[in-house]
Amino acid sequence: MKKYLAIFRIRFINSLQYRAAALAGMATQFAWGFMEILAFLAFYKADPAAFPMEFSQTVSYIWMQQAFLALFMVWFFEAEIFNAITSGGIAYELARPVDLYWRWFSQSVANRLAKTVLRCLPIFIVAMLVPGPFRMSLPATHGQFLLFLVSAAFSLGVVVSFSMLIYISTFYTLSSTGVRIISAVLADFLAGAIIPLPFFPQPFRAIAEMLPFAAMQNMPLRIYSGNITGINAFRGIGLQVFWLIALILIGRYMINDALRKVVVQGG
Amino acid sequence: MIRLEGINKTFRVARRKSGFGRAVRALLSREHETIHALRDVSFTIEDGEMVGYIGPNGAGKSTTIKIMCGILTPDSGKCEINGRTPWRERIAHVRDIGVVFGQRSQLWWDVPVWDSFDLIRDIYKVDAREYKRNLDELVTLLDLAEILKTPTRNLSLGQRMRCELAASLLHNPKILFLDEPTIGLDAVSKLAVRQFIKKLNAEQGVTIILTTHDMQDIEALTQRILLIGKGRILLDGSLEELKKSSSQRKTIVFEYTGKDPALCEGMTSVEGREGRLVVSLEPSICSVSEAIAYISAQVEVIDISVSGISAEEMVAGLYREYHI
Repeated sequence: MKKYLAIFRIRFINSLQYRAAALAGMATQFAWGFMEILAFLAFYKADPAAFPMEFSQTVSYIWMQQAFLALFMVWFFEAEIFNAITSGGIAYELARPVDLYWRWFSQSVANRLAKTVLRCLPIFIVAMLVPGPFRMSLPATHGQFLLFLVSAAFSLGVVVSFSMLIYISTFYTLSSTGVRIISAVLADFLAGAIIPLPFFPQPFRAIAEMLPFAAMQNMPLRIYSGNITGINAFRGIGLQVFWLIALILIGRYMINDALRKVVVQGG
Repeated sequence: MIRLEGINKTFRVARRKSGFGRAVRALLSREHETIHALRDVSFTIEDGEMVGYIGPNGAGKSTTIKIMCGILTPDSGKCEINGRTPWRERIAHVRDIGVVFGQRSQLWWDVPVWDSFDLIRDIYKVDAREYKRNLDELVTLLDLAEILKTPTRNLSLGQRMRCELAASLLHNPKILFLDEPTIGLDAVSKLAVRQFIKKLNAEQGVTIILTTHDMQDIEALTQRILLIGKGRILLDGSLEELKKSSSQRKTIVFEYTGKDPALCEGMTSVEGREGRLVVSLEPSICSVSEAIAYISAQVEVIDISVSGISAEEMVAGLYREYHI
């Protein structure tokens, strides 16, 4: 366990170094957040009755999403892992007494956390200070906030274990670009990164809410904003646990198969 | 102890000739070719040996090293290192070995070298006191004191290679695999690295397997040479033995004043111009002293140098001989 913490630690400090990237990212996220809220506001004004979430819930959903972008977005891949596989740097990683799956898992979690730590605070502060309908609200109860934290942790686990499948597929395809783009677009859409899942039409929504993608940002953001409460929140966390375990099992099976057939690239 | 018996490894490679049309056709059906990277490779290396593993590019050196490190699984054959099969018990096996791949880096790019070392300590669970002792020793031997605080990206190649060597030794490995450790280094760094490797083998009895294209590495370091070509082990012996078997010819360089001397039987002129003569000599026909006497009888000799075949020439000769 200690060695995976050590990997976590070095990845974390390594990621903390990129301050300019964090500033640029934050600027983008502010702009994006405002635009998204403006768009939803226009829809809301057109017909509040047809709006499946309360407007304040939608606003909180968007701000939290922007603050935790690096935590929940599937497309925040670890470029290093793709490089290690395609250029053969993996030779060194296999020459160490560590389990490659958990090594990459801890590395990904560390990278996402470090990037989030750098970016989330300024976004929170601004989101709390902006006027009127743009302002982010706090959760109604402490319990709700606690459930959000638990769900956020599982969500990170599901996102990382899903990205692991993409990393491992690179052993077979060698060029990750295609799988990366398709999976990122699909996951973004189905996880509610573009529009929240309640906006999906039935019966499409019912199916989407069962998929592993629903166990990503959809769950913690809707719990935080108060769209999912009480027993439904527990049921949602149950779904997250299920998908986390399933994705880890699939990933472990895949990596063992890949390593048996592995070809270390480049002499 | 390292023992390989009948190791085979093949790779399937997609091949096509160049050109747009062929590239389009390859989208539909691909032609694969099977490359035999290793064929029936067998050898034994005892504890504390230092072995040079040589062969031209693509001969299978790195593949063998990767199999011995547990990274690749061979198609068939047996490999036992300290009682374990590397690819079956990878994690237990790699605890006892150190590896340096000269063309890759194991150090984290954007953080000081120190942090990478700490990570290695935690991964191998090196005891704190032992770690400090190893580190102090490596820092002195490889002159790392100033470098450790620098991020890897700011190191020169020579500095980085010294750090890579240190990194692979922090956990006291019994076997060290060095895959082209001196590639791209300048003369001073090469000497430092060689000296260090030599010391490590002599004083701590670490078994060292070294692949290189630098014949000075081989001459300076190894007692035993394994020659591999096209996936087969072609020769296994000491450098001296190989030199003897490959050729006894000597090269003699004369500098002289006077008219051009005549040559006797057994001598062939390699290079001759006013005042300088390079002769290749077959000692079974004409001994070195006879040759010197023969030439000095004709001209005023100013300087003479006699040399045997260099390791470089020997290896080039071997490659030619085995058509690899």
